[in-house]
Amino acid sequence: MATVDLKDVRKVYPGGVEAVKGVSIAIPDKALCVLVGPSGCGKSTLLRMIAGLETISAGTCSIDGKVVNTIGPTERDIAMVFQNYALYPHMKVYDNMAYGLRNRGMPKDEVDKRVRGTAKTLELEHLLERRPRELSGGQRQRVAMGRAIVRNPKVFLFDEPLSNLDAKLRGQMRVEIKNLQRKLGVTSVYVTHDQLEAMTLADVLVVMNAGLIEQQGAPLDIYEKPSSTFVASFIGAPPMNLLPLRSGQLEGAVTLPAVADNAATLGFRPEDCEVGADDAALDGGLRLMANVAGVEPVGAESFLYCDAAGGRIVVRVPGRTEVRIGDQLPIFARREKLHFFGSDGKRV
Amino acid sequence: MSPRVVFPNKILPYLLVAPQLAITLVFFYWPASQALRQSMLREDPFGLSSKFVWFDNFKKVLSDPNYLNSIQVTAIFSISVAAVAMGTALLLAVMAEKVVRSRGLYRTLMIWPYAVAPAIAGMLWLFLFNPSIGSLAYGLRWLGINWDPLLDGSQAMALVVAAASWKQISYNFLFFVAGLQAIPKTLIEAAAIDGAKPFKRFWTIVFPLLAPTTFFLLVVNTVYAFFDTFGIIHAVTGGGPGKATETLVYKVYNDGFVNLILGDSAAQSVILMIIVIALTAIQFRYVEKKVHYG
Ligand SMILES: Nc1ncnc2c1ncn2[C@@H]1O[C@H](COP(=O)(O)OP(=O)(O)OP(=O)(O)O)[C@@H](O)[C@H]1O
Ligand SMILES: [Mg+2]
Repeated sequence: MATVDLKDVRKVYPGGVEAVKGVSIAIPDKALCVLVGPSGCGKSTLLRMIAGLETISAGTCSIDGKVVNTIGPTERDIAMVFQNYALYPHMKVYDNMAYGLRNRGMPKDEVDKRVRGTAKTLELEHLLERRPRELSGGQRQRVAMGRAIVRNPKVFLFDEPLSNLDAKLRGQMRVEIKNLQRKLGVTSVYVTHDQLEAMTLADVLVVMNAGLIEQQGAPLDIYEKPSSTFVASFIGAPPMNLLPLRSGQLEGAVTLPAVADNAATLGFRPEDCEVGADDAALDGGLRLMANVAGVEPVGAESFLYCDAAGGRIVVRVPGRTEVRIGDQLPIFARREKLHFFGSDGKRV
Repeated sequence: MSPRVVFPNKILPYLLVAPQLAITLVFFYWPASQALRQSMLREDPFGLSSKFVWFDNFKKVLSDPNYLNSIQVTAIFSISVAAVAMGTALLLAVMAEKVVRSRGLYRTLMIWPYAVAPAIAGMLWLFLFNPSIGSLAYGLRWLGINWDPLLDGSQAMALVVAAASWKQISYNFLFFVAGLQAIPKTLIEAAAIDGAKPFKRFWTIVFPLLAPTTFFLLVVNTVYAFFDTFGIIHAVTGGGPGKATETLVYKVYNDGFVNLILGDSAAQSVILMIIVIALTAIQFRYVEKKVHYG
């Protein structure tokens, strides 16, 4: 139904803060694009510019091939789900959902049909006569979703819609949002700082840092080939182990494959580590000795916090572990699982 | 239920509220009871003796055409003052939201009229609209209006309404600004995205959410127009021309202190007291409970 194209978009707030410093993203039709990044990196600002709630200082934003820089939010035909839901407190759920349709002059029976249809999809039928304050957090979230869906807009925008829910509900809603978005086939932009949400929802994942895009692409590509130490430490939980290299050498490493000259940091993921001394499998990979400083059994897996000569690393081992604090372990990581970054933090 | 403080000492709590009680007794209950007693007495023309007449004074007052006229004047005056003062204040408050630069200065300037004493405010407006020397009166005549509030009752009414409203606008402005600030910005943004144009947003989102503030101010403004405008009326029109601007409170003063008909005046005071109690009760009942969204 619609593509969203951002070309070198910038935002300077009246106070002089440059929140977005030149961002270009091309979101294909029906895709779900997730913007992820640390607090204050400009995610919300970018989303609000797409919505038309903030002016665009430079660059262009196009929806469906048409530049919308000067078009107000009222005419953009987008729908947005806010972090605090922004339900109209003086209206019943029904009127909350009907408001946008009535404003566009839709006939009464058509409004009724649409609202009831959407309420059915989201299992909100029994709540239609209530006011927002009479709903639970999860129900409010669904109403906010309903209000967006019922209008059948060109683009959905979500600004951290799940951050006020508890972990379990968040997991459920995440799946539900993904399914709904697939089913309705509406192009969407989704802002979050939760990397799990980002990984699971995204068709296109955009990692932002300080107003700029660090990397964009398919989530698993980014996971497998992070373009910088920033992305490497942001995507994945727990984050990638990063150890400094000194002139191609890692302090305390028993074996280390040949390293490019300009590599300054070595990275490997906790889940790519193995414990033991299986020389056959090593095949030119990394091997080092580490002291266990902490053990975190989570159930299905356990995390070992180890001190190696180069710094603190985390190792993920499946299931229970017999390892105790103070043990010295041989750790190894296969060659193809190693990442190298230059002194500027970029991948080499 | 809020937690209650429990005093182990039986007398201390009474001692603690005693000063407050004493002040209320001396300055409210005692005068009020005197007014009540006075309202049932009738004095002889020389003020030498008085006799107890039960509700005769009330009957007399309520059947007096001048009193009924005064009720009508008060109604017109109060409704106009509340409407003008609240309408203007709301408009200014909405505009103040849009001010980006020197917002603080703008707000401070808006609040000043509230600090002006009623009689002085009255004099100010009296001079501005004095038919012979007032600069604004000159402007009105230039526009072709035959301006003479000393002779024309409705013009006199317009003048006191303007003066009384002008003083109350600041107060309303403060509350409306606070009320507007309490409305989350995202609601307005959501409404914009939902396709509502600015005017529609105001009437369907902002105005309903301001209802608690508006209702509170409605009561406050009515009470103000009833009871706190004596100084203005006294300075501007003195209740005239004829009795065109003689409100209930002004009539109490006129009958009691100018014409010295103490029994009638006291009966009128008692009626006013009942009105104010009713207004306060309405305010407590509805402002606290009904008009509230959470
Ligand atoms: N109205 C504003 N005026 C001036 N600066 C602003 C304004 N809104 C945001 N900023 C600044 O712009 C930068 C980006 O803010 P933004 O809200 O886009 O961050 P974010 O990535 O959404 O963060 P979070 O994850 O905490 O929501 C921040 O440095 C913030 O201080
Ligand atoms: Mg944000």
